[in-house]
Amino acid sequence: MEKTIFQYSSPGRTGITLPVLDVPETAIPEEFGRKQPIGLPQVTEGQAMRHFVRLSTMNFNIEKGLYPLGSCTMKYNPRLHEYLARIERLAAVHPLSSAPSVQGTLQIMHELGESLCEITGFDAVTLQPAAGAQGEFTGVMLIKKWQIERGQGHRDEVLMPDSSHGTNPATTTLAGLKVVSVKSDEHGRVDVEDLRSKAGENTCAFMLTNPNTLGIFESNIKEITEIVHNAGGLNYMDGANMNALLGIARPGDMGFDACHLNLHKTFSTPHGGGGPGSGAVCCTETLGSFLPASTVKKTQDGYVLNNGRGRSIGRLMAFHGNVGVLYKAYAYIRTLGARGLREVSEVALINANYMKARIKEYYEVPNDDGPCMHEFVASGAEMAKKGVKTLDIAKRLLDYGFHAPTIYFPLIVKEALMIEPTETESLESIDSFIDAMIAIAGEIDEKPHLVTDAPVNTPVLRLDEVKAVKDLCLVEPVEF
Amino acid sequence: MSTYIPNGKAQRKQMLDVIGVERFEDLLSPIPESVRLKDELDLPAPVSELELVKEFKEFAAANSSADLICFRGAGAYDHFIPSAIDNILTRSEFFTAYTPYQAEVSQGTLQAIFEYQTMIARLTGCDAANACMYDGASATAEAALMAIRATKKKRVLVSGALNPRTIDVMHTYIDNGDFEINEVPFGADGLMDIEAARQLAEGGVAALVLQYPNFFGSIEDIQAAADFVHEFKGLLVVTADPIALGVIEAPGKLGADIVVGEGQPMGIAMSYGGPYVGFMATSTKLLRKMPGRIVGRTEDRAGNTGYVLTLQTREQHIRRAKATSNICSNQALMALANVIYLTLAGEDGFAGVAAQCWHKSHYLFDKLLGIDGVTKVFDAPFCREFVVNLPVSAEDAAEALEEKGYLAGLPIHGLGEGAMMLTVTEKRTREEIDGFADALGEYIKGVK
Repeated sequence: MEKTIFQYSSPGRTGITLPVLDVPETAIPEEFGRKQPIGLPQVTEGQAMRHFVRLSTMNFNIEKGLYPLGSCTMKYNPRLHEYLARIERLAAVHPLSSAPSVQGTLQIMHELGESLCEITGFDAVTLQPAAGAQGEFTGVMLIKKWQIERGQGHRDEVLMPDSSHGTNPATTTLAGLKVVSVKSDEHGRVDVEDLRSKAGENTCAFMLTNPNTLGIFESNIKEITEIVHNAGGLNYMDGANMNALLGIARPGDMGFDACHLNLHKTFSTPHGGGGPGSGAVCCTETLGSFLPASTVKKTQDGYVLNNGRGRSIGRLMAFHGNVGVLYKAYAYIRTLGARGLREVSEVALINANYMKARIKEYYEVPNDDGPCMHEFVASGAEMAKKGVKTLDIAKRLLDYGFHAPTIYFPLIVKEALMIEPTETESLESIDSFIDAMIAIAGEIDEKPHLVTDAPVNTPVLRLDEVKAVKDLCLVEPVEF
Repeated sequence: MSTYIPNGKAQRKQMLDVIGVERFEDLLSPIPESVRLKDELDLPAPVSELELVKEFKEFAAANSSADLICFRGAGAYDHFIPSAIDNILTRSEFFTAYTPYQAEVSQGTLQAIFEYQTMIARLTGCDAANACMYDGASATAEAALMAIRATKKKRVLVSGALNPRTIDVMHTYIDNGDFEINEVPFGADGLMDIEAARQLAEGGVAALVLQYPNFFGSIEDIQAAADFVHEFKGLLVVTADPIALGVIEAPGKLGADIVVGEGQPMGIAMSYGGPYVGFMATSTKLLRKMPGRIVGRTEDRAGNTGYVLTLQTREQHIRRAKATSNICSNQALMALANVIYLTLAGEDGFAGVAAQCWHKSHYLFDKLLGIDGVTKVFDAPFCREFVVNLPVSAEDAAEALEEKGYLAGLPIHGLGEGAMMLTVTEKRTREEIDGFADALGEYIKGVK
């Protein structure tokens, strides 16, 4: 346990020095002035460092061990990228600099955009969205705008499978549209007949993650996208699972009209404890005319930034996106090239299928009708009958030195454990994770309290989430 | 074999054997031939680390803007960043962790967010804050949507003295259902015209959105705005500059219901516009309507203090179509930069930075008004940012000053051809300010 930073505070301490004020003072009118101190901590740099370093040691991270969070693609984050993104002349430029004075940054953005279009099979791109969910919002808005411009503004339904990420329906609401849920079939794929019955004159768009959230490729994808097109809708791909498809298949060739890419998943930019990410959106030329401002164009006079509004859906962020993240994704693609990227997906698939093959001897894997893609979903339903929930299994994994998989998602699998090893794990680390899963399965039969009492080897024991809601405490109480 | 992939030929073969397939291609059986890529992707040939560093140095060299002495703000500010911040941010325990879904192994991130929430709440004068949003503009849009949810009204009034980029983002987020944004004009003093707002508010509004100090740097009367919008049963949303809050009163203390803003000035590089971070704070009464993640304090099974993500039933992964927002990934690492900045600066340092911005911007303002033909545009008091009217084209002047090594203020076309908005941070020295004023004076003389 570490005290809060406020508990180290003592009046007069500070962690920065400022130059002596070298201009005359101008009085701050009293009527506007701050009446009370803010209540910021008063500590030295050394005290601050010790506090935050201590906090850091209480975190699990990708360099401590395998981090098999399904749909999150926790792969290694190359150190080179951190260095490159911090080169001062790249990091210290004002977003409203003139285009000729930021040619280096604009070139990186342009070339990254071109590469992402090639990888997805699309024609146009925006790098502005800050994260996957904002990318989805961009994509749905592009489609909505297209529908309005062709006189089909009444189309207000967005279809999506019942296995979709929570962001998909939330995005649909934000876009002022309605969610229509499409059933999954007995193998976990889109129920094509259900889709056919629901696609119609009110269909604006269909949103699909492919491979889907069960880690299964939608084999009927051509038929699916055709049904939607025939009904007058467009197809949007949630690209959260693109790590399965690099150099293997492209959304643009499957009949999708737009997709986002999570640069913080597939393209190895770090997650930062929850962000910043980047949700670049690629799309067809038709939808490209509606992209947000800040697209980069190459001209005879160099790279220019398009700030015009025109037919654009508008801005999503004040400026041009999470540029520092874009630098890292660019570096990743340049380092790997076409073959390297394909190798990423090949090994991601091998690692996931290997894990599935070994784990399914101990845990149920529903919807297992062939190879999975980069991840798979196991179920703890059988264990739950013995009184041990998936949550307990997840907590016990922490004791074994691993992060837990994504749990209780997708919603269509009971007691779900969604497992994604990624390509940057070695056979040895994958085996040790599997061994831990097997050991836990044994504990459930023999000493279930070891699992239900878990975790015990962590900085704190299992935390009471109910109490957190009941006795709500979101800030340190003010002491003055 | 890529340096990032440990499993080579031997391991892959061994794994394929366990899977029970001959070749990798057998794993692709669910993907129909018709959608499989036939050729290799057409991407530039891969390069080594050595070559890539060289390439990036060339990109960096082409960014001549990095050499300019910066007097431009308008949403992104050239403040000093203490070295200790990056040292913490580049600790892999922080930057390579995911969202703290498994609280027991994420106490570092969770406690840091709790401390961030505390500092943001104190800075803004509110009861609580969330774990952060994408940037100041999207936070403002989400705050307006929050007000719509809380009041069940459909119209939002926005001061025309808001950053136009923020207004753009608000339109993108809000114009989608039955909701509507009405812009309130600003008066000759540079402040929102409260009488015009009153007329527009007839029939009720969900919120009034004000910037503080506003886009032009002028200090709005938050108390009067709060009194007015509360009369109409709406909420006051204030998008505030955090540095200014080191010297001017916290909007939460003046009646603001939701306070949002851009966190970039607090320890984050300008980085051509991102990654930045939006903050959001509000009252205890409204916090359940807030979007985004929230961290709460609790106890573990042994009664030890710990931290968890809380009030999650507001969020998309649980509430889906009925969530308060679609936000999932946020800008957590940038929020961490903010909390380290606020910690290092502390009470005195933060007030000191804010005061230097105040004094130095007023010093430049006075210098510029001393140039023949330069006039002030607004009468209201300003903080850190202000607009002057040049007797020449502001666009041309900015271009000419770039040649002299300055990133001049931003031309504001809406206020006339000569309008230029300038910012002075604590980083600027008297010598730089004098040099800039002289260069601008000479340029004006030359044109005239």
